[in-house]
Formats: sequence, structure tokens, C-alpha cells
Amino acid sequence: MSQIDSNPERESSDNIYILSALVEDKPGVLFRVTNLFRARNFNIESITVGYSEAADLSRMTITTRSDDRTLDQLVKQLGKLIDVVEVRVLDRANTVYRELALIKMNAQDPTSRAEITNLASVFRGKILDIDKFTLTVEITGTPSKIDAFRNLVSDFGIVRLARTGVSALPRGAV
Amino acid sequence: MLWRTGSTLTRMKGAEALMRSLEKEGVDFVFGLPGGANLPIYDALVDAKIRHILVRHEQSAAHMADGYARIKRKAGVCFATSGPGATNLITGIATAYADSSPMVAVTGQVPLEMIGKDAFQETDIIGVANPCTKYTFQPRKATEIPETVKKGFYIAESGRPGPVLIDIPKDVQQDSQDIEFPDLIKVRGYNPTIDCDLSTIGKAAELLMAAERPIIMSGGGVILSGAFSELEVLAELLLTPVVTTFKGKGSFPENHSLAMGPIGMHGHAEANKIILEADCILAIGARFSDRSVGRFDEFGKGMSIIHMDIDPAEIGKNKSVDVAIVGDVKSSMKTMIKLLSKKMVKRSAENPWLRRRKELVDYYAESIKDYPRDLTARKVLKKLRQALPSEAIVTTEVGQCQMWTSLHFDVISPGTFFSSTGLGTMGFGFPAAIGAKAAKQDVPVVDIAGDGSFNMSENSLAVSVLENLPVIVILLNNYMLGMVAQWQRTFYNRRYEGVHLHNCPDYTKIADAYGAQGIKVQSLAELDTAIRSALKSNVATVIDIPIDPEEDVYPFVAPGTGLKDMIVGS
Repeated sequence: MSQIDSNPERESSDNIYILSALVEDKPGVLFRVTNLFRARNFNIESITVGYSEAADLSRMTITTRSDDRTLDQLVKQLGKLIDVVEVRVLDRANTVYRELALIKMNAQDPTSRAEITNLASVFRGKILDIDKFTLTVEITGTPSKIDAFRNLVSDFGIVRLARTGVSALPRGAV
Repeated sequence: MLWRTGSTLTRMKGAEALMRSLEKEGVDFVFGLPGGANLPIYDALVDAKIRHILVRHEQSAAHMADGYARIKRKAGVCFATSGPGATNLITGIATAYADSSPMVAVTGQVPLEMIGKDAFQETDIIGVANPCTKYTFQPRKATEIPETVKKGFYIAESGRPGPVLIDIPKDVQQDSQDIEFPDLIKVRGYNPTIDCDLSTIGKAAELLMAAERPIIMSGGGVILSGAFSELEVLAELLLTPVVTTFKGKGSFPENHSLAMGPIGMHGHAEANKIILEADCILAIGARFSDRSVGRFDEFGKGMSIIHMDIDPAEIGKNKSVDVAIVGDVKSSMKTMIKLLSKKMVKRSAENPWLRRRKELVDYYAESIKDYPRDLTARKVLKKLRQALPSEAIVTTEVGQCQMWTSLHFDVISPGTFFSSTGLGTMGFGFPAAIGAKAAKQDVPVVDIAGDGSFNMSENSLAVSVLENLPVIVILLNNYMLGMVAQWQRTFYNRRYEGVHLHNCPDYTKIADAYGAQGIKVQSLAELDTAIRSALKSNVATVIDIPIDPEEDVYPFVAPGTGLKDMIVGS
């Protein structure tokens, strides 16, 4: 999940790609898309789906780890799905992309609490919830930024973590 | 997006709307079996101008619809009830999907409010069918049915054809509504490419004109597109040998002076040999399947490959190619013929490449010996070819019988042969032959069968007899699951397990029990008489031909190896 930004230490020759698809907003479409990935042995790192600019279309953002040839197949096979109206691979250099993470950490002692709050503010995170035992932070950014925050706070003990997966749009006029 | 022109509202039930919609699509036959959840459909069928063929198992209904579609070249229709009825269709639907055969399967479903409650005979057939259909629909209002059916046929028959499933909840079938029938529909996310990009034709033509040893590899797409005359013109213009895939068998007359027969695991030896010697392959409506080309990494090395196909996703799926021509192959070939007729310098028929073709054909005709028995698959199939008119429709079951047909039965008249080539479904041939007979009742229809496969759908004899759709079953009976036995003999040191069928049942008695004609033959002379009797008969005829269980299919390209590793004989 963490390699959407270039990571020189990655062992595989595969790359992570971001795909943006406009799909019919009706029951079963997400199933058809994910079933295609499973049936053809394609990889899904993350998938997000929600309303798009058009009333009856949803936008799906899929990040996938793939080599170039598989990517070509993946785009063509997705394009063949009748509920997929448009699919494109986003060029990462010309794309804005963000992920949101909610992280609940142990924060029983006051020093931890202060330190987490500090780190969160460096990362422009928000404290969403606090009680005697834990502290929940919202971080928004590129996946690697979220990874970095997670690494920094891992010593406090992460109790729960939820990430949304990437949403993305091309930069500039489309 | 949907444009309606000149349609009017009529009050009727969902099931009636289904019948009117099917009639509007020109459906004359449906193959099916009723049950609790599609009773309203059967009630509406009573008054419809559609002939219903009652099957004895839903899998056969799907195969019949498939066989019908392959000959009519329009969608075959099958009906089944919910739950087990619907799941029984699945093998037939998956068979049609693997072979790009147009089909519309209509299943009954439990009423809307029962869906998800694990009701009696409830199956999530939309979920089950998704991976083996082009699309699935579940209309949730009677008013949606006409548009759904129209879209279903459009999707099934256009582009690269395939099966579509329409699952209709029982209350939707029963509900009376003001129904409107659209004349035009458009599916936003579905725009098959018909006309190819002209520049790709230009590039391909240059490669073909420059090639010294060009070859055409013709696939099932040529048959689906009905591009038989285009293929002949193109081959004669380029003076290229023509090999086919097994699915493409019969896309080119196999007695033509340029024909080489099918390539592949059990392809013709000369076809497997010559394709490796070519310097430029024009693959038309073919998908470079493992059974056709062996190892993807070895095939096509040192050659330029031109790939014509209607499905853009087939380009580069198994094999990277030099030029891709995406579009309907008939229209692409027409364009290419036009271009080549203008540009091409005519080749001499006396060129070394065509001499090499002849040399290979002669060499293997001489060197490949028949199995040393009086009655062999090869002799039976050669005799069958002599006895049948060229326009007879021939299909097969799956296994050795199928591969012997690939090798020893020449298809003369294009488009008269089909088989379950992609999925390899045992039990396909016989019901599919009945479907083909429904599509074209004035020609003989033959199923070349083995005992293992025929046993799986022999109950369709009842359908053939009662519905007066007589077909001829050429039963190559070796009392074995012969192809599995061949593999156990070849790769597992003759350790046989699960392959012996013994002489059970007696197929002439089976035929007799259904009111069909059963003939057992022991010699080629008796076979000749039996075929003649079958051609005259007005009921199905099963010709039971005992052959030696040790007769193997050769040549053989073992799985995981390349065409160059072909084993010519034992």
C-alpha cells in the first residue's frame, strides 16, 4: 500500500499505476470491476468509488501494481466492461492524488499525548477523538506521507488504522 | 441513453412483454425447461409465435441455443427457472462465452422481496454468471423488460459476440404495466469498433508484400463475421498458405490448394510445420490460444505478426504483435483486398514458398500411417466425408473424437463446422447439433461423438425424436474416456484410473429406448450402409462404431511445449 511514490528499494520490477474510471452508478458495478481483477489475476492496491461530476456516473480510482504489458491488458479489459464508460491511466507527474487515514494510538501518558499531537501538527493532521487511553488522528496526503506518519507513531502502539485508498484527478484543464 | 421513436404504451404483464420483445428480435425457437420461478413466462409462451423446445436438462438447452446461434449467426435463446435450473445453464453459457457465441439466457428468479432471504430455489445467478457472460441484467420492473431484451440482443450479437443473461424475478414477470417498446437503444459504455484504422491496413499490407513466406492463420472470428469469400480472395491474392486454428476450422475450404488445415496441439503436421517457417503471419480473428500456438514465448519468433481482431483486448493478450488491426475482420479484409489489388505485384504460383507447402503436405501424407486396424477413427471420418454432402453441418463432442475430426474430416463448405473449442465441454455436441438442425432444417446435421461425451447428454435423444429434429451421431466408441486414457498412457506410464466406461450402456439399445434408430457397425462397408440409412431416416440415428481403445491421436504437441516439439506418431 505504501509504494505509490517512487521507492528505490522496491524489489519487484512492477510499478504502481493510478487508474481513473467513470462507471455507471448502479448496483453490481463494483462487483464486476473487482471480479475482473480477480479473474484475470490483476492486482488491486486500493480502490475508491464515489459520486462523480455526472449525476448517473461514479468515479472509481484504482491503484494497481503491474508491469506495462499487464497494465495494457488491464485497461483494455476494464474498457470492455459494459458499465465502464471511460478508463484512463493517470500520469503521476500531472496528477493530484490524496489518501485519508484515521489512526487511533495508545496515548495514556501525557508525554505520548503531547508528542503525538506535535507530530500530527507537523503532518497537518487533525485530532479527531481523544479519551483517557487513546488519541485518533486524521492524516491526509500522498500514501507515502501517511506511511511516514505511521512509522513515526508506531512506537506508541497503533490500536486501529483505517485508510481510504487513493483518490486522484489529472492536473489542469481536462 | 435511449431514444424512443413511434412507440406506444400497451398494458400487459412482464412475461408478455418478454414474449413480444423476443418476437420483435425475430426469435423463432427457444430451448428450455420450466419451473416454479418462470411459470408466468411459460404461461405467456402459450400465446407467443415462438416454438419452444422442451429439453431434459437445462445444460442441453444452453448448448442447443449455442448450436442454433453458430449456424444462424444470431443469438440463440434458452429459458430456465431459478436456482438449479439457472445453475444448470452455466456450463452451456460458459461454453458460449469461451467460443464467442451469441446467446440470450432468460432465467426466472424468486420474487423481488424474497431475494437475499435464501428462498427456495434462490441462487444469485447474476453473481454466478458474471465471469462467463458478456453482460447480465436483472429487470426490477415489468416496464424495464423491452429495453433490457433489446439491449441484451444488441450486446450478445454485436462486436465480439457472447452470452447475455437476463434474470427476471417472478413478480416482475407477473406484474401488469403500461409497456413501451423502444425501437432504438444505445449502451453508453459499449461501442464496438467495426471499421479499422486505415493506417494499420497500410502498414500490414507493406509487411505482407515484403514477406517471402507469408501465411494466413484464420480463426473463429472469420466464421463469426461470415468473411469466407473475403478470406478466399485475400489468400488467393497474396498466394499464402492458409492454416486455421481449431475454432477457425471450416473458415476456409479444406480442399483448397492453399489450405493446410488446423494448427495446434492436434493440428495437421504440415500446418504446425509450415507456420514455424513463415516470415510473416496474418492472424485473422484468432486469439493465439495455448492449444493453437503452444508456448507463447516461442511462437512467432523471428516473424512479423499482423493481428486482425474485433476485440482490442485480444491485441497483445497472449502475443505481442507488429501491427494490430482492430475492427470487424470482414470489413478489415475488404479494405485490405482493395489496397492490395491496387498496390501488389502479382506473385507467381511457382514460388519456392508454395513449393515448400506442397512438399510438406506430400511428405506427411506419405509418412503418417494410420493405426493398424480395419476400423479406425481416420477411416471412419474419411468415409463419413465421402458419404455426406458438402453442405452438411458437422459438430463434435470433446476429446479424441474431436481431435480426430480436426485431423481427418475436411470441411469443404465454409461455416458448416463448429465444436466446443475454447471450453472443451463434453456433452456439447449432441444438443448443439439439435440446435443447429433447428436453425437449418434442410441439411443433414452430424455429431461426431465419443462414448464418454455422448453419455453426458444422450437424454437429448428424447428432444430430437419428439421435436422432429433428427441428427446423426457418429459414435466412435472405444469404451473409454479416450483422451484422458491417452494422456495416462503417454505421461503417467499407463497407470489408468477413472477412464474405463466398459460397454455400458449399449448405445443401440439407448437409441431404441428413445424411439431413435441405433445401428452397430463392424466394418467400413456396414458404416457406409448405416450413414446412407441415417441420411434417409426421419428420426435421430446413433451409429455405434467400436474402435480400438489404444488408438491414439497423433500428431501431438504436448502441453507446455512448442509447435516445434510436435510428436508425429507413436
